[in-house]
Amino acid sequence: MTSSYNFAFLDEDTKRMLRRALLKAVAIPGYQVPFGSREMPLPYGWGTGGIQVTAALLGPDDVLKVIDQGADDTTNAVNIRRFFARVAGVATTEHTVDATLIQTRHRIPETSLREDQILVFQVPEPEPLRTLEPREAETRTLHALADYGLMHVKLYEDIAQYGHIATSYDYPVLVDGRYLTSPSPIPKFDNPKMDQSPALMLFGAGREKRLYAIPPYTSVESLAFEDHPFEIQRWEHHCELCGSHESYLDEVVVDDRGTRMFVCSDTDFCCGRRAEAKP
Amino acid sequence: MYVAVKGGEQAIARSLELLAEARRGDTAVPELELAQIRQQLRLGVARVMQEGSLYDEELAALAMRQAAGDMLEAIFLLRAYRTTLPRFGYTQPLNTSSMRVRRRVSGTFKDIPGGQVLGPTYDYTQRLLDFDATQATTVKPADAPLPANMPRVLDLLDAEALIERIEPGSDPEPIDLTREPLMFPADRATRLQNLARGDEGFLLGMAYSTQRGYAESHPFAGEIRMGEVDVVVCPEELGFVIEIGSITLTECQMINQFHGGNGVPPQFTRGYGLAMGEGERKAMSMALVDRALRCDELAETSYAPAQNQEFVLSHSDSVEASGFVQHLKLPHYVDFQAELSLLRMLAAHNKKEDADEQPESVAGGARS
Repeated sequence: MTSSYNFAFLDEDTKRMLRRALLKAVAIPGYQVPFGSREMPLPYGWGTGGIQVTAALLGPDDVLKVIDQGADDTTNAVNIRRFFARVAGVATTEHTVDATLIQTRHRIPETSLREDQILVFQVPEPEPLRTLEPREAETRTLHALADYGLMHVKLYEDIAQYGHIATSYDYPVLVDGRYLTSPSPIPKFDNPKMDQSPALMLFGAGREKRLYAIPPYTSVESLAFEDHPFEIQRWEHHCELCGSHESYLDEVVVDDRGTRMFVCSDTDFCCGRRAEAKP
Repeated sequence: MYVAVKGGEQAIARSLELLAEARRGDTAVPELELAQIRQQLRLGVARVMQEGSLYDEELAALAMRQAAGDMLEAIFLLRAYRTTLPRFGYTQPLNTSSMRVRRRVSGTFKDIPGGQVLGPTYDYTQRLLDFDATQATTVKPADAPLPANMPRVLDLLDAEALIERIEPGSDPEPIDLTREPLMFPADRATRLQNLARGDEGFLLGMAYSTQRGYAESHPFAGEIRMGEVDVVVCPEELGFVIEIGSITLTECQMINQFHGGNGVPPQFTRGYGLAMGEGERKAMSMALVDRALRCDELAETSYAPAQNQEFVLSHSDSVEASGFVQHLKLPHYVDFQAELSLLRMLAAHNKKEDADEQPESVAGGARS
């Protein structure tokens, strides 16, 4: 642990500011709370929002897990875990069940989370309407009026043009029946895990300076139409390492003839299944 | 047989070693000393301090060395360090009228009280590469020292009421953008703060666009001055002001045409730029963009990118822009896989539709 920095890098006043913003976020599920995002020693776009949320929550007894693309060993996950081991000296783990705090980019673990766990998401663009309306002043008004017609029209146009809703990740959700919210760029496969989740879910967007939350046991509805219900990705393949047919699969090109293999994106889930399968 | 990718931790450790080796280069060549960077690369130091929002030549030099001369990386290093510094208080507003001027030029008057002072500038160097080792130069002193107080050129116009007047203290207390999020619409003080931290290249391009018809406002360089300004604080426990040092600043005041509107008669208007150290290009660019961003207040038609404050202020910061552009090299396997499955599904859907249509086209062919 590097003693020339405060525990978990940020000073205590900044942590208090973050915690107050997080309390507000929890009180208004799905609402984007502007906050005084600090400049972190990792680049914007690489998890500075999630890192600030994690820094504000970490205590000496916490056990931290960091995943990127579902994996504990991707370089950015390693780097963030290394950062907190260095500036906070907390215990880290790769096992979902052992973690009290999980920071993630682009996935929700396959293993169901519990009430005593917090999931922290790294968010590149907190505004689900941004690609439809670039002006911040305008999108804030649309949220205030709960006017989400733009998004419904976009989804409808997908169906008219392609026959399907052509959004496969960062699929918009309505939180607690009120705020249209970005689930962060997780595949829509993970969206159902957010509905009535026992674990608190916190979202940090450092560059865009917004925080938001989905409290435990909150309704999270993926937008859809009665005749075009929400569906998640399915694979014809099983994981070639653990044989799972329920998990989200990564496709890996294994030779220069384009041969593919499919493996679990959640490395802890996959390793656990393989360990269990061994006699 | 493929094994799930492992070894990120080791790969990072090796990468850091390679980086350290590449940064240092041939160890037979002495390492750069911070004093050399501070003194001989002073304009780079000024830019890093300005966009790093921290006036400390030593730290800026250290950041430049650690970043191997990559200015944006050096700015990033300084910003990340700055986050951890405690705030002791805020200074009094800097008084640039009492600047100890080393350079001062005006494009609007042939001569001005205090005179035109070129000072150390690259403007008239002819840009011929100097292949000979640089000789120590002795500076021939001026016949008379520069006046201690040089009036600002724009104050001369102000006396004639030809230029908009901005009363001291008439603008609201600025928010601190490093502590509060940027919200829209942003007032002028907040906009200037954002521009001051903004990337020089981005502002230069934006400023240039205003000269080429995208929000033309016929600017004149009213005055550009560079020199030392005292930094003054008023500690609460003392109750009176004390001087804690001085910093080098470059200030640019643009004079722009204004045809009148919003109940204001035709008069000259102002665009303002300020940079730490010698940063004339930055200060001038900032002044042009500041003026363009005042379009709403002056009831001017807003159509150009440089007039759109959400566009300019949201994209001016090099640390934000560089981080987000470069985050694309992080793994995106999961989302890419999601897109692959979607495209495969759509392709299958199209194939099925084509197959369904096949008998029809055969029938159509038979009819002709």
